[in-house]
Amino acid sequence: QNEERDGVRFSWNVWPSSRLEATRMVVPLACLLTPLKERPDLPPVQYEPVLCSRTTCKAILNPLCQVDYRAKLWACNFCFQRNQFPPAYTGISEVNQPAELMPQFSTIEYVIQRGAQSPLIFLYVVDTCLEEDDLQALKESLQMSLSLLPPDALVGLITFGRMVQVHELSCEGISKSYVFRGTKDLTAKQIQDMLGLTKPAMPMQQARPGQPHEQPFVSSRFLQPVHKIDMNLTDLLGELQRDPWPVTQGKRPLRSTGVALSIAVGLLEGTFPNTGARIMLFTGGPPTQGPGMVVGDELKVPIRSWHDIEKDNARFMKKATKHYEMLANRTATNGHCIDIYACALDQTGLLEMKCCANLTGGHMVMGDSFNTSLFKQTFQRIFSKDFNGDFRMAFGATLEVKTSRELKVAGAIGPCVSLNVKGPCVSENELGVGGTSQWKICGLDPTSTLGIYFEVVNQHNAPVPQGGRGAIQFVTQYQHSSTQRRIRVTTIARNWADAQSQLRHIEAAFDQEAAAVLMARLGVFRAESEEGPDVLRWLDRQLIRLCQKFGQYNKEDPTSFRLSDSFSLYPQFMFHLRRSPFLQVFNNSPDESSYYRHHFARQDLTQSLIMIQPILYSYSFHGPPEPVLLDSSSILAERILLMDTFFQIVIYLGETIAQWRKAGYQDMPEYENFKHLLQAPLDDAQEILQARFPMPRYINTEHGGSQARFLLSKVNPSQTHNNLYAWGQETGAPILTDDVSLQVFMDHLKKLAVSSA
Amino acid sequence: MNVNQSAPPLPPFGQSQPVYPGYHPSSYGGQPGSTAPPTPYGAYNGPVPGCQQTPPPGVSRAPPSSEAPPASTAQAPSGQAAYGQFGQGDVQNGPSSTVQMQRFPGSQPFGSIPLAPVVSQPTVLQPYGPPPTSAQVTAQLAGMQISGAVAPALPPVGLGYGPPTSLASASGSFPNSGLYGSYPQGQAPPLSQAQGHLGAQPPQRSAPPQASSFTSPASGGPRMPSMTGPLLSGQGFGGPSLSQPNHVSSPPPQALPPGTQMTGPPGPPPPMHSSQQPGYQLQQNGSFGPARGPQPNYGSSYPGAPTFGSQPGPPQPLPPKRLDPDAIPSPIQVIEDDRNNRGSEPFVTGVRGQVPPLVTTNFLVKDQGNASPRYIRCTSYNIPCTSDMAKQAQVPLAAVIKPLARLPPEEASPYVVDHGESGPLRCNRCKAYMCPFMQFVEGGRRFQCCFCSCINDVPPQYFQHLDHTGKRVDAYDRPELSLGSYEFLATVDYCKNNKFPSPPAFIFMIDVSYNAIRSGLVRLLCEELKSLLDFLPREGGAEESAIRVGFVTYNKVLHFYNVKSSLAQPQMMVVSDVADMFVPLLDGFLVNVSESRAVITSLLDQIPEMFADTRETETVFAPVIQAGMEALKAAECAGKLFLFHTSLPIAEAPGKLKNRDDRKLINTDKEKTLFQPQTGAYQTLAKECVAQGCCVDLFLFPNQYVDVATLSVVPQLTGGSVYKYACFQVENDQERFLSDLRRDVQKVVGFDAVMRVRTSTGIRAVDFFGAFYMSNTTDVELAGLDGDKTVTVEFKHDDRLNEESGALLQCALLYTSCAGQRRLRIHNLALNCCTQLADLYRNCETDTLINYMAKFAYRGVLNSPVKTVRDTLITQCAQILACYRKNCASPSSAGQLILPECMKLLPVYLNCVLKSDVLQPGAEVTTDDRAYVRQLVTSMDVAETNVFFYPRLLPLTKSPIESATEPPAVRASEERLSNGDIYLLENGLNLFLWVGASVQQGVVQSLFSVSSFSQITSGLSVLPVLDNPLSKKVRGLIDSLRAQRSRYMKLIVVKQEDKLEMLFKHFLVEDKSLSGGASYVDFLCHMHKEIRQLLS
Repeated sequence: QNEERDGVRFSWNVWPSSRLEATRMVVPLACLLTPLKERPDLPPVQYEPVLCSRTTCKAILNPLCQVDYRAKLWACNFCFQRNQFPPAYTGISEVNQPAELMPQFSTIEYVIQRGAQSPLIFLYVVDTCLEEDDLQALKESLQMSLSLLPPDALVGLITFGRMVQVHELSCEGISKSYVFRGTKDLTAKQIQDMLGLTKPAMPMQQARPGQPHEQPFVSSRFLQPVHKIDMNLTDLLGELQRDPWPVTQGKRPLRSTGVALSIAVGLLEGTFPNTGARIMLFTGGPPTQGPGMVVGDELKVPIRSWHDIEKDNARFMKKATKHYEMLANRTATNGHCIDIYACALDQTGLLEMKCCANLTGGHMVMGDSFNTSLFKQTFQRIFSKDFNGDFRMAFGATLEVKTSRELKVAGAIGPCVSLNVKGPCVSENELGVGGTSQWKICGLDPTSTLGIYFEVVNQHNAPVPQGGRGAIQFVTQYQHSSTQRRIRVTTIARNWADAQSQLRHIEAAFDQEAAAVLMARLGVFRAESEEGPDVLRWLDRQLIRLCQKFGQYNKEDPTSFRLSDSFSLYPQFMFHLRRSPFLQVFNNSPDESSYYRHHFARQDLTQSLIMIQPILYSYSFHGPPEPVLLDSSSILAERILLMDTFFQIVIYLGETIAQWRKAGYQDMPEYENFKHLLQAPLDDAQEILQARFPMPRYINTEHGGSQARFLLSKVNPSQTHNNLYAWGQETGAPILTDDVSLQVFMDHLKKLAVSSA
Repeated sequence: MNVNQSAPPLPPFGQSQPVYPGYHPSSYGGQPGSTAPPTPYGAYNGPVPGCQQTPPPGVSRAPPSSEAPPASTAQAPSGQAAYGQFGQGDVQNGPSSTVQMQRFPGSQPFGSIPLAPVVSQPTVLQPYGPPPTSAQVTAQLAGMQISGAVAPALPPVGLGYGPPTSLASASGSFPNSGLYGSYPQGQAPPLSQAQGHLGAQPPQRSAPPQASSFTSPASGGPRMPSMTGPLLSGQGFGGPSLSQPNHVSSPPPQALPPGTQMTGPPGPPPPMHSSQQPGYQLQQNGSFGPARGPQPNYGSSYPGAPTFGSQPGPPQPLPPKRLDPDAIPSPIQVIEDDRNNRGSEPFVTGVRGQVPPLVTTNFLVKDQGNASPRYIRCTSYNIPCTSDMAKQAQVPLAAVIKPLARLPPEEASPYVVDHGESGPLRCNRCKAYMCPFMQFVEGGRRFQCCFCSCINDVPPQYFQHLDHTGKRVDAYDRPELSLGSYEFLATVDYCKNNKFPSPPAFIFMIDVSYNAIRSGLVRLLCEELKSLLDFLPREGGAEESAIRVGFVTYNKVLHFYNVKSSLAQPQMMVVSDVADMFVPLLDGFLVNVSESRAVITSLLDQIPEMFADTRETETVFAPVIQAGMEALKAAECAGKLFLFHTSLPIAEAPGKLKNRDDRKLINTDKEKTLFQPQTGAYQTLAKECVAQGCCVDLFLFPNQYVDVATLSVVPQLTGGSVYKYACFQVENDQERFLSDLRRDVQKVVGFDAVMRVRTSTGIRAVDFFGAFYMSNTTDVELAGLDGDKTVTVEFKHDDRLNEESGALLQCALLYTSCAGQRRLRIHNLALNCCTQLADLYRNCETDTLINYMAKFAYRGVLNSPVKTVRDTLITQCAQILACYRKNCASPSSAGQLILPECMKLLPVYLNCVLKSDVLQPGAEVTTDDRAYVRQLVTSMDVAETNVFFYPRLLPLTKSPIESATEPPAVRASEERLSNGDIYLLENGLNLFLWVGASVQQGVVQSLFSVSSFSQITSGLSVLPVLDNPLSKKVRGLIDSLRAQRSRYMKLIVVKQEDKLEMLFKHFLVEDKSLSGGASYVDFLCHMHKEIRQLLS
């Protein structure tokens, strides 16, 4: 329905009409908004939006507004201000409506012609402390990427190792670079001074007043249009050498990631503030010196683990985190975004650096090596284009949320930072990043999705009139990849319902998928700052309360417990969420956790659900491929399973199948069907691999294979070594775990839900 | 020997010329032969092969005497040496009372004599008079009389050996000689001696008077070989005793007899003769009576003075009342004499305490156990035994050491000794290195340290039997047992971090700010470097230099270049973080030239282009040095930075400077601040550089004040050089700069050096001057040391010295050669010790003394007002001379100025020091110039200071074009210029061609290719290349002058009466200077006054 049109999914599609009732709903009123959802059918309009004249409102004319065609007036549906149409609209009438008034244009995109268009900027920040073949692969990827960039985009190159080098481009005959010590943090001002970016001193200007300002070109030494210098840059990349400083045995190479990023940020800050720019950090290991160092260079001291963090034993973590947070905030302020491409077998400090990507809307990619297709293709995919031939990326967006007066905005969770804009529709309660009605999303793509949380502020004693509708308007201003400024406006409305009299309506309008994701985001958001067990307990409590509220049961009788269809899957989502890497850190490194959480906070609903509850397909001779329960009982000897956890694609051959394959049946003409069976999941996996960003880890394993653990850790452990009754039955594979199974979980849930305590 | 002495008696001899011929021979040659000495020596000599033979030359001189053969003595260094010394010593003794002896040197005195020759020679002498005179020159100045001639004992040490030589020289010296010849030269000389002996001595002294006469002769010019003869004899006499250190035993004989010192006298006298002789007779003491005879005393002396003038007679009539400039000691004369007397025979170093020929003399050195004077020169070669004596004399005891001095091609560089794993053999207690003075005892199983007397075991692998004289059988096979200078290969224990060093590196750091670009410097330099890099210093026969090179350019940021051979094009790395300098790359910064040639060439091509339109005017400085130092540190090697810098570093960075030039401070108590660095940052930096073995050479191209005082701190403390090219213009200064650069880059350097001077018990090195750093009181640390740098060391007594054993110096320099080899260079020098002040005065070297005093004064200006410094110098000089007058000179009228023969130039040279830009700046001298000169002088050697303070003035058109030799110099005074001539003036830094207004047109045409004087461009710096003998000759001469100096001298053509002439006149140091410096004559009077004050 209107998810397609507007990219919005609400947890509740009928809204409880008072604050009290809303809180009793347990799951907050919230929505998942995909601001730039691809809309092939939505051509942008080439004029500017009409704004409500009330300065505190400034809502944009939309289909929900009352229009008086005679008087050429329109009433704002948020503040009820009556506004004149601007002169250009003199011709409107019922039959001649501007697009923004047509109901099918509840989402509309304006192109703003004003303002100088500045080209996109791509600043590569490349780690040179890599193994030779890794570096080679990375160099090739980078060189390849030059051909994918828009020709007029500006590119820059910073390399780092023990030192940080800012390369000057477009030098003939000699390659120049500015070098910085990797151990010293510099202010933006210092960096600009040192790079010679500061504007010429006043006297100089006075001396030659007649001269045009050359400022735009000041930075040109470091950032040049691709089409001009791609040869140079290709050569430059080709000549890149591994960091030459010797690394003695037992040491990590000295890697000045912190300073390199700082310089990248400082460089752009000084030269192109508020212009779309990507800082792309490619790193092959943890920062080992200077500000932002994550681990010392002694190999015998391992990088921090969750264990260390819990014991408060991670020496550098706090300082490093602070450094990167500071950088991330500065970057966000300038409207630039930072991507992190970290490829190493060990951790690379994503935990500390995560905010750089999280706060600026940058990508985070984690791989084992730059020399893998995972990295290569993922990287390539960044520059993929949409049906219009435009890059799937946008920059420097500002999202503004306007609500009708019964609602207030409590916060947002996603790749954004607060702009701290207080307004009448800002709630005092915060959920996620709150206290504002505007957020900055420095980098976003068509799938970037924010969770936005609202609060019903209407008092119980002042009910909303029957049939009244609440409205919300999302205004996203951004720089399109074609460098145009655009504004996308989505205005939606939902009915109010009295929770006491119309609970059924509300219940039926519950979107359990959206709700699960929204709750999960809240949980993950909390997990960043709170202890894991507390978050789990909070989630459990919420679930129990929800079941208590909406379940049908007899008190103290767990067996009588039933949930309606619209809620039936929700507990299962919660079960898997509890086991997911987003909330469980066991078996994950801090970097992995950060990586998973990063993606969870920005993917759209479908992908998020996959992350929470992976999808399992079964392939067998018994019929066409079918989805099966994510349960150990699904693991059968004669099946091939395909699991998609978003981050991994696992193909698992059952015991028998594996034996057959080993025996080589697939190569025998008479068993061609077996060959096809083997091939089917591969094809499907390819399909997923092709489309997803970042590219998942592709695992092809079989029964008893070591990599089968990826599958076994995800399925519901309905059979374990503890419940022996399962043994001997042909029902699946036991999982060696102490985790509770879904059945046990549900039993407990029912018990708790029905208990009156 | 004795014989000779006996001779003394000889007054007769002496007198009669014959005598002296005989004398000579006899004394030297003869004696040696005869006397015991031979034996001991014999042995000695034996070893020294080379030496022995030489004789011939010497001989030649000593013609007459059959004995001559012995004369060979000269050659037989040892033997002779002994003699010589004896001779001298003796002389003095004898005369003790009389004291003054004039030695041949005396002869020199002649020169001096001219001055105020108040000679008080005994009547007797008179005839000879002249000769004796040589001894002292008394000049009567207007007020005073100078007796320039001190007659030091005979031919000083130097003679010792080659006494003959010396003698000869002496004789030669006299220009007068000519006269001599005619004269009964012989007589004169002899006389003096005779007298001395006789006891008549006192009177004899008088000889000096002759001096005056001499002068005149001088003019005569001719030198008489004959002279020598006589002189010698004289010397012979005196000689005997003293000095012979070793020899002592043998020689002993005679020394005694002579006891008296004769003044080597004779020599000089001759000159006078002609005119004077007569005079002499008349005269009595001081009076030179000759002319004056009539005149009464000195008192009248004044008048006398003039008289002198007159006497010289030849010369002419000077206005009465004025001291005749020709009558006062002339540097030119002294130099010429020494050149003639000592230049022709090698200087053999086998005998201790010999005074070497003057630095202006060309001579060969044969190392027979003492370091060549090219390596070490001392202010005195005979030092007082006690500190009381030393204090009384006030003569500074100092050695000017040039450890890596370049040698002429004829002299072999020091042998390298490799003792393998165990390293050089050293004394266990004082750590002195094995040297020829170590005594082996107990059949060779042990040796006694000659410095601290500690008995050490001889390691088995070093054991060797001794011969009957107690010498090791292998002594002559081992450089460390037979030579004064040699090198040891150092073991790993002598290396930093116990690791053998890597080959050093050169880093070129080029200022590319606006000024440097605009002046064309950068382009010029880059072009030159391309070819210059092929000439990096290499060791021995190495095919290519082991030195690696690196490049940095900078303005207010630094640009490093990666010129790794594998790169297609150079990479530039900019470091803007000047506050916290670091080196951005490791690999590819320092490269081997031949491997990376293509990349380097491409880089050097591009540097001028890259910065062609720079507008950056600000520069940094300290960070540049820091960067170079860090680069060397990263590469773990020592090396040298070549900095090419243009302006005051005012950019925000460590070591930032402000313009603090303030001429108002001159002559105030704050003047010293102009010489002090602005900030302590550079000292700290220099210290780090030294620790890393990073030597800094600075080339400055200032257009205005750059604060040389501060910028030169690092080069100064790291053993580097500073070159300054004010207002650099490619067209005008290119040749000078490139020539300096080439030389600087190509010269052999020792890196990361530590020098230590050990002395025998009794004296101690207490103070050091030069370009280096000291972190404690004994070790001189030099990040780099080249063959032009000297370290001056001052010694003080801390105990009594022994006359018998003398005083030993051992200078050990540990350094890394340019191929990265760690070595120890050892120089040993033995000096005599004396209990008689006269011996001290007889063995001094004025040039070295001036070198020391200038350095002392130039350091003094850092802490005291310039006026104080000058007064101190004058006082010290007065004390030295007064002490001589009081203790060594023959009694004479107080009005007479009596100068020791060896120091008769002290006043004129000292005056030059006092008038130098540092101590008395003229109006046109900038603060930077003064600071520049100040630091230059600090590491100058004796030859450089000599010409620097007393420039050479060469008439070009006086001598026939055909003559191949350098024309004889004339004194640096305007009076000596004739407007019909052309002169060259050089002082080691500047070179002027002065053209008189009435020079013949033909000359103008052939030199300048213009038709008349007025068409000559004033300030011209290049002579046109013309194909005529005169032009060729002049240009050849200029080239040869340049070749003699360590820095290229830019030529400036000055026309008489032109405004540039002011500049030129500044260098006519005998004249009154515009800035208030006294003329020579005035200063001499002043000096005399001071001395009289001290005496009274």
